[in-house]
Amino acid sequence: MKVELEADKCVASGQCVLAAMDVFDQDDDGIAILLEEQVGEDRLDDVKEAVAVCPAAAIRLVEQ
Amino acid sequence: MADTLAGAVPEAPDSLPEFPMPREARCPFDPPPALKDLQEKTPLTKVRLWDGSEPWLVTRYADQRAVLGDPGVSADTDSPGYPTKASPEGGEGKLSFIMMDDPEHARLRRMVTAPFAVKKVEALRPAVQRIVDDLIDGMLSRPGPVDLVEEFALPIPSLVICELLGVPYDDHALFQENTKTMVRTTATPEQRGAATREMAGYLAGQIAKRLADPKDDLLSSIAGRVTAGEIDHQQATEMALLLLIAGHETTANMIALGTLALLQNPDQLALLRDSDDPKFVAGAVEELLRYLHITHLGRRRAVTEDMEIAGQVIKAGEGVIMANEIANRDPEVFPDPDRLDLTRDARRHVAFGFGVHQCLGQPLARMELQVVYGTLYKRVPTLKLACALEDVRFKNDAFIYGVHELPVSW
Ligand code: SF4
Repeated sequence: MKVELEADKCVASGQCVLAAMDVFDQDDDGIAILLEEQVGEDRLDDVKEAVAVCPAAAIRLVEQ
Repeated sequence: MADTLAGAVPEAPDSLPEFPMPREARCPFDPPPALKDLQEKTPLTKVRLWDGSEPWLVTRYADQRAVLGDPGVSADTDSPGYPTKASPEGGEGKLSFIMMDDPEHARLRRMVTAPFAVKKVEALRPAVQRIVDDLIDGMLSRPGPVDLVEEFALPIPSLVICELLGVPYDDHALFQENTKTMVRTTATPEQRGAATREMAGYLAGQIAKRLADPKDDLLSSIAGRVTAGEIDHQQATEMALLLLIAGHETTANMIALGTLALLQNPDQLALLRDSDDPKFVAGAVEELLRYLHITHLGRRRAVTEDMEIAGQVIKAGEGVIMANEIANRDPEVFPDPDRLDLTRDARRHVAFGFGVHQCLGQPLARMELQVVYGTLYKRVPTLKLACALEDVRFKNDAFIYGVHELPVSW
């Protein structure tokens, strides 16, 4: 699955980093950055959690 | 504000439920029973507020998140139909970006997000651990009982936010007292206005000092935005005020009320005391945030574009209240919701709100609470309430729920 992040929607809540630390990080202003675009089965649950808790609907998972 | 009231829908029946509703004295941690009844019966209903206005109340988790995530609502207290908590809300002026909409909200908010990033907050953990340990040492050096609010719960977030902002903690009496008045619903508008003015005057002074002589703190970085012409001195002061207030009452109430809830649930307290797993402690913090809902007056918005909520069209100019305390007890999302269960996965709670206004300080709040809950009961395993539960005074008279005092001994 592919992860998509719309950084201009991000409100720097840090929720994605807490849910999936090896997929998301934050820049110097706290805005989310994507570390990995492709996620395998092993991290799918974490990324789904990130999608669910992101308050700004800035993260999406797309089937390929 | 009076103009807003005139816009309320006039012909609703007299039997509308009043909001907020009283809690059941026996269950100080549960939402008001009448509120829970409403959630069971209906996803959406009108309620009557203190000023006679009649906004909509959204009762269920999924709908609340949908509304808070919708760009067709406004957090600006001046928007027609905005359901105010008291008059005039926030005393003088606006409490910075939490009362603004995008794009101005996003522009101002982004100026202060940097220190709240997860990794920056993590770097503060040892310092917070030291603060917590020192306060516990201080408490234990005396015979007790002590008031946990005064001696422990309030100083922790206060010391941390002062350090972060660069406000001298020596002045804490001034801003702790004023903050209390600002969040007390029973304070008169005059009292709230005076407290706000005193705080704003103090912070304006601090910012002026940073303008002349910048340091390595958040106030200096806010002052830097003034120098760069991005905001004016007044906006800088409002921003500093927001951060100082928000950093105080919320976390302090979570610490004291959380401790009381754990003392009433000894099996859950034992789980925390016996666990050395940081993941378990982090999960316990999420569950306590879900269970306690200290923001008990709902997230409020004015509808700016007609929208459908739970099958009903809400018109532009009407107000909506999302009662997060019942969203966090929605059985659709959290099975057996009224049970405090530190082992459940509660991360999807809306204790910090939802949408673009979701709490900016949440990584900091989480880390502070993890340190507190992971330390206090281990170091003071015999901690107990030093009065009857009936004698604890709950903050039904404040914008943030909690306890006024918490006498404890060990
Ligand atoms: S959870 Fe969403 S809003 Fe929060 S930092 Fe991540 S992308 Fe940004």
